Amino acid sequence: MATPVLDVRGLAHAYPDGHQALFGVDLHVHRGERVALLGPNGAGKTTLVLHLNGILTAGAGTVAVSGLPVEKKNLAEVRRRVGVVFQDPDDQLFMPTVRQDVAFGPANHGVRGADLDRRVVAALDLVGMVDFIDRPPHHLSFGQRRRVAVATVLAMEPEILVLDEPSSNLDPASRRELADILRSLDVTVLMVTHDLPYALELCPRAVVLHDGVVVADGATYDLLTDDALMRANRLELPFGFDPRVVGSLPHATLPATSGD
Amino acid sequence: MGAGHGHRLHFHGHSPVHRAPAHLKILALVLFMLTVVATPREWFPVFAGYLAVLAVVIAVSRVPFGYLAKRMVVETPFVLFALLVPFVATGPQTEVLGVSVSEPGLLAAWGLLAKGTLGVLASLTLAATTEPVAVLAGLRRLRMPDLIVQIMGFMIRYLDVVTAELGRMLVGMRSRGYDPRSPRHWPVLARSLGALFIRSYERGERVHLAMLSRGYTGTLPDTAAGPPHAAHPTGAR
Repeated sequence: MATPVLDVRGLAHAYPDGHQALFGVDLHVHRGERVALLGPNGAGKTTLVLHLNGILTAGAGTVAVSGLPVEKKNLAEVRRRVGVVFQDPDDQLFMPTVRQDVAFGPANHGVRGADLDRRVVAALDLVGMVDFIDRPPHHLSFGQRRRVAVATVLAMEPEILVLDEPSSNLDPASRRELADILRSLDVTVLMVTHDLPYALELCPRAVVLHDGVVVADGATYDLLTDDALMRANRLELPFGFDPRVVGSLPHATLPATSGD
Repeated sequence: MGAGHGHRLHFHGHSPVHRAPAHLKILALVLFMLTVVATPREWFPVFAGYLAVLAVVIAVSRVPFGYLAKRMVVETPFVLFALLVPFVATGPQTEVLGVSVSEPGLLAAWGLLAKGTLGVLASLTLAATTEPVAVLAGLRRLRMPDLIVQIMGFMIRYLDVVTAELGRMLVGMRSRGYDPRSPRHWPVLARSLGALFIRSYERGERVHLAMLSRGYTGTLPDTAAGPPHAAHPTGAR
């Protein structure tokens, strides 16, 4: 089997204050997959995400990105390969204009001049925000800022896109527009979310994290219809939503390479 | 504070003053201020000349004078101080409108008022005719240390975010029966400012994480690849 884009083995982490957030997480994500990372608040999802690009260092276990171990000497390349979109776009967009912000990542990796400009425009084009290229980010709507935040990461041409709560605080139209954008991208996606219908809509595969361990890994549809599993992990579907009556699910196209 | 857009200083326009390169405007402002400060305060007619020069620049820029006047309230604390000086300073006394005041104090107050007002008016004119981003680019061109330009850039970027956060906190407090004007409630205001500081600090940490995630190593890369920032097709808001 090909090298997974994301290979997490036995990952454990305790914060300096002694609070242990992860107790041996195993996770493999293969090229082209879209995986939802589900779990209640405090399950360790954000801690896991911060390990994927080496912001946090593993207490035990290993993380590798396309075979490259996440270690100090590889950090620059790891951070190019793993694009993290944080939850609050105001944290992600810190430059005076959209153009400069999208250019920030590739420029840090030495891209300059016309090449840089081409990447910036291409990334903004993917999220439909080219017209806003010279605006200051704080003059955009929340949904537009979220899309620009995705572009800032796409401009680095990452191998895997990691999204922290991509649908939070979006109105239904912006939420759907973002889903269309994510579906149109030819990139591996790991999506942390509480929005279970969104996970079902976008991700054929889901992983449930609870109390710092992976407790379930399978087709999103199967997990969401497993009532016992859902109850045990504080996962609840929104009122009136039943995966069993939703047509045209992405689980029909579940890649044969998922899981191990 | 925290309500509306009172801190917005830029006045959109296309006058020659707006179009002049930012670094030249900054240099002109600094030279003007140094000259004003170095002028002995007894040379009364010269200050009238300075004011005339400023008035011409403002007239050319077509920024309404009322627009600048409203923003000159930032000078209020200095004005209050200047007005106090003649009463507390020592030296030979003189009569003004039947009140006995100190003569050197009166002169000092005049100097403070005249120089302060000219400085504030000149700075406001720069701010009204130059986008913040252009000011930063100008400072960089004038070889201002990169770290300071970076910090100023972040300040501009997050001023709105932090003010909006303060605004939301105040709305939240008001909704629970808090009245910011009542001195009884000022301790709460002080504590919430402390909370705002902590929140901003934590946001700073999150921003730093986001920067590291995109390969930040301590210096902002040169992202000015495309057309110059002078062209802001949509900068008008």
